[in-house]
Amino acid sequence: MKNIDSYTHVRGESLYLDDLPVVNGTLYACAFGSPVAHGHIRSLDLTDALNTPGVVRILTARDIPGENQIGGIIPDEVLLADGTVDFWGMPIALVIAETEEIAQKAATKIKVDIDPLPVVTDPREAQALGHLIVPPRTFQTGDAEAAFADCDHVVEGRADSGGQEHLYLETQGAYAIPLENGHIKLFSSTQGPTAVQRAVARVLGVGMHKIEIDVTRLGGGFGGKEDGANLWAALVALATHCLHRPVKYVLHRMEDLRMTGKRHPYSSDFRIGLDKDLKIKAYTATLYQNAGASADLSPAVLERSLFHANNTYFIPNLRVTAYSCRTNLPSNTAFRGFGGPQGMFVIEAAIAKAAEELGVSAIDIQRANLLQEGDAFHYGQIAEGCEAQNCWTDAEQRYDLPQLQREVDEFNQNNRLKKKGLAAMPICFGISFTKKWMNQSRALVHLYTDGSVGVSTGAVEMGQGVNTKMVQVAARCLSVHPDRIKIETTNTTRIANTSPSAASATSDLNGKALEMACKTLVERLLAVARVKLNSDTVFIRDEQIWVGETPSGLFWNELIMDAFQQRVNLSEHAHYATPGIHYDPTIEKGHPFAYHVYGTAFVGVTVDCLRGTYVIDYVKTTHDFGQSMNTIVDRGQAEGAIAQGIGWMTMEDLRYNADGRLLSNALSTYKIPDIYSVPSVLDIHFLETAGSEWAIFRSKAVGEPPLMYGIGAYFALRNAVRAFNPTGTATVVIRHSDRPNRIDLPFDAPMTPEKVLLGLFLNENQHSFT
Amino acid sequence: MLDFVRQQQHLTGTKTGCREGDCGACTVLVGESGQNGQLRYRSMTSCLMPLGNANGKHIVTVEGLNRPNALNVVQQAMVDEGGTQCGFCTVGFVVSLAGYCLSDKAPTTQNGIASIDGNICRCTGYKSIERAVERINTALTDRPSTAGSTADGLAWLIENEFLPDYFATIPQRMLVLLEQPVNGIVKHVYSANDDTPAPVDPVFLGGGTDLYVQRPEAMRHAHVQHVFGQDGPHAIWREDDMGCIDGACTADELNESALMQDHFPGLQAHLKLVSSTPIRNMGTVAGNLINASPIGDLTIWFLALNAQVVFLRNNVRRIVPLRELYRGYKTLNKNSDEVLESLFFRLPTPAQAFRFEKVCKRTYLDIASVNMAALIEMVGNRIVRADLSAGGVAPVPLYLAQTSAFLAGQPLTDETLEQANAIAQTEIAPISDVRGSADYKRLLVRQLMKGVFM
Repeated sequence: MKNIDSYTHVRGESLYLDDLPVVNGTLYACAFGSPVAHGHIRSLDLTDALNTPGVVRILTARDIPGENQIGGIIPDEVLLADGTVDFWGMPIALVIAETEEIAQKAATKIKVDIDPLPVVTDPREAQALGHLIVPPRTFQTGDAEAAFADCDHVVEGRADSGGQEHLYLETQGAYAIPLENGHIKLFSSTQGPTAVQRAVARVLGVGMHKIEIDVTRLGGGFGGKEDGANLWAALVALATHCLHRPVKYVLHRMEDLRMTGKRHPYSSDFRIGLDKDLKIKAYTATLYQNAGASADLSPAVLERSLFHANNTYFIPNLRVTAYSCRTNLPSNTAFRGFGGPQGMFVIEAAIAKAAEELGVSAIDIQRANLLQEGDAFHYGQIAEGCEAQNCWTDAEQRYDLPQLQREVDEFNQNNRLKKKGLAAMPICFGISFTKKWMNQSRALVHLYTDGSVGVSTGAVEMGQGVNTKMVQVAARCLSVHPDRIKIETTNTTRIANTSPSAASATSDLNGKALEMACKTLVERLLAVARVKLNSDTVFIRDEQIWVGETPSGLFWNELIMDAFQQRVNLSEHAHYATPGIHYDPTIEKGHPFAYHVYGTAFVGVTVDCLRGTYVIDYVKTTHDFGQSMNTIVDRGQAEGAIAQGIGWMTMEDLRYNADGRLLSNALSTYKIPDIYSVPSVLDIHFLETAGSEWAIFRSKAVGEPPLMYGIGAYFALRNAVRAFNPTGTATVVIRHSDRPNRIDLPFDAPMTPEKVLLGLFLNENQHSFT
Repeated sequence: MLDFVRQQQHLTGTKTGCREGDCGACTVLVGESGQNGQLRYRSMTSCLMPLGNANGKHIVTVEGLNRPNALNVVQQAMVDEGGTQCGFCTVGFVVSLAGYCLSDKAPTTQNGIASIDGNICRCTGYKSIERAVERINTALTDRPSTAGSTADGLAWLIENEFLPDYFATIPQRMLVLLEQPVNGIVKHVYSANDDTPAPVDPVFLGGGTDLYVQRPEAMRHAHVQHVFGQDGPHAIWREDDMGCIDGACTADELNESALMQDHFPGLQAHLKLVSSTPIRNMGTVAGNLINASPIGDLTIWFLALNAQVVFLRNNVRRIVPLRELYRGYKTLNKNSDEVLESLFFRLPTPAQAFRFEKVCKRTYLDIASVNMAALIEMVGNRIVRADLSAGGVAPVPLYLAQTSAFLAGQPLTDETLEQANAIAQTEIAPISDVRGSADYKRLLVRQLMKGVFM
């Protein structure tokens, strides 16, 4: 089934926040952000700004009637700076004006005097200073320290991965409309309507019931609008509360880049021990997460880095410690993969380094250590329905891995100024929110008397195709044509206490609730049909009631009307909670995931060794979709995630200066993949697997896992660079290296053309043209 | 244009993505009627398009491509291939691809993809969009070669469900539009013959692709003098052995010029590295030169060619060598009321090779970390002449005078290039910034210098 939103998308008729008809009397907001990354506010001068014609009011922390607090996990994030500023761009005041232009102009006239405080942007520095968001966490299994003693090879190193701007094409925004009795209806571009509702209620000091959040769709989210949307919604709600006027704020792209959090950069130390058969016997790592100025979702992101520290390998002795480090950057937040990719990058770097030290291919180490059915993860869960080996084997045969390697080797032998690189990237990703209580959902289904169907769930459509999948669930469960079904906006009044659309789990959670609601309704309808048709073997097929193998002539819409006239309830509000999951953080053991998604990708690249530029030639994957319920949607998710993962690992170069100011602050300086930079070959093979009973229709969650194939691009590029420059003659000694005469090419993503070129000529002691 | 379309016309299909021409979500088609009555549609990013540049044009937003109760071929292809996910960028792709269908470009993969090289999508990874392009190409197989420019061509596109019916009326409506005197039409250039006094320091505005990025607020209220597209397509002509280019000529017009193609075999490959299709449709040569970006691609190009620029003020012309135009960072040897009328340069001879190199984080639609151009003449293995220029390595776009002087007469050997690099390293003064570290830029200069001689 094609994406049901695509008809209006291609016609420009889909409604996003900024497209909603503007209510008469609407005012426009613009935040004034801190011009420094850390300091005490001495004074704030609003005079010139207030004197700007068209300015209605300027709000500061003092105007907040409730709590100046929007922190989700930890209450450490104020709505408007009060006393101190903690990052460059942190909102200090909110200008409300008659037009967007006036609001923006007036904001530039605000003057603030700030006593600067030391700026920390490096997570290791923050950790050394004791600036932690939460106490560190350690996941372990076996005894890694003891196991290292028995290893044939032990390799240490450091790995850094950069941040990533979400770059949803639709910027953040919210639009608040006052209703009677102080109630507010708020349109928000959010993945988490309930989180927005909670934040707004808290700031205004009112009950959540007074705040209605409505979401039609997002122009992309990728995690950035999970908790990241709360701030903007709370700001316009505050303005509406104070002024009793509709207030709208859609961020300018540069505001969005400057003021919102991104994927967490990580810096990590690793140690890996292997036996002579290349089996990983021990692995330790210390992860320093750059959380930014406040907690946001950082503790949960940190947790997932720990869960995925082993990627898809069985490691009997493992100890990984992770620090969530408070720095003076915008509060980093959820981004597709949610810490998983950062954790996986470290183990892949460790494997690559071990391979380089041992003179073997990383592929041999990867292959030798894949998870097997029944293996225990380091957090205690047993791998069930494990497809790691199956995916690898299928990919290896389907894409002829030995031949891919031969092509690289032959090319590199025959070419001096161009080099190819190949890397494998097998993945394993756990599906469920790692907070057990978040794994619940609700769906509300109305059957209207003409046989049409209204469906509400907690799922937010942001391009992932969840609306389409919900139509499929309802159509299949009710046996009606999809045209009868309308997916309603996501609204906190219809579906309360929702979990955000995140963690790849949206279709599973909401689909399961919807399935339950539909099945209940069908049962009610069949009870009517049994009486009417005087048979116990009735069922619905293609909008008709069948008795045994015979169509009865009784159609869906007639049955609905019969039921209605018999006063049968034609609405159902179902509740679903993922069964079987549990986790005990005091011992860091449990069964946190409903299931895992597996896959393997091979990534091939070509590096221009004159210029340091490169192309990603191919990504060839075998992916475990389970029983895909929509191959168009699922393929699109996989392709998009892979491109995004490649972007993170290659060109997406988030730069802050030492003062904490974002340098890559526009699309002209922060580059995401364009059509020419995605691999010309992107093969995705849907491996036939059983799926999981906890996946909707056994169609496995697909949003996040394929992003991690992109990590392969980093290592393929590294391999190509090393093919050109395998050794060096430098003088700097790197810690832990057993070859002190060499600078190792650092594991430092993204692999920009700059890093490639510097790597190609690393250790070069003279400029040679030969 | 974007604000006008969304806020005044309430056509919300056109999306606000970045307001700097870097995402393409706001793409519109701009149609103009040539002297022969032939229509030509070009894609442009409406966020950077001054409303005044729409004078006499047919502006097509996505709504203007919608057929009643049915999808057009482009839209259907995007739907069938799942080329749309969140949908926010989709409208821009649809508009760009419609422009491609309206063009006389052959339906090839390369041309189809090139038409959307200014459109950024964060959801799909582009593969589904590539598949949609293939579907569109199949549908275009029998298109007349003059599809968008003639009534017959438009009729074919309408008949084959690429366009809504009203497009059939456009050629006639455009003619009527051109015949009508338009109130407030802005003259190409103020001159002594004008009745109206020239305002003090008007901002000469070409395509807007730099000015509206750098100072959008100021430009909104600036007194502008349009120099873009007021007289139709701008000329590139030859005078003896000189190539001459109207200042208002766009990068795309350069790209399409037979004269330029003849003398610069690498022209189209070079210009593909310069911004994107919609920006090349807007940005002017004069704008690139006067913007004085140390990294301006066309500036670097013309520096190597030793172009001379012609300034016009009060009917008086002044000729300045481009190499003497830049006095410091964004400081020009130019009076504020001088307008860059044209430039000219000696056309490369068959014995000369022109090279252009550009390295950036993203190969296409990006600003260079370092770019370099070279005009090289060899006899055997001896360098008779090599004029090198480099961008991103100094406060100004830099002609590498000493390096070029050294190279003349030298044999092309590794040793020569090493010595040339040593000299070049003394001429440049790159700084570390978001486009790369100073060390990287120095290394790039060495590497690209090698590149231009390969």
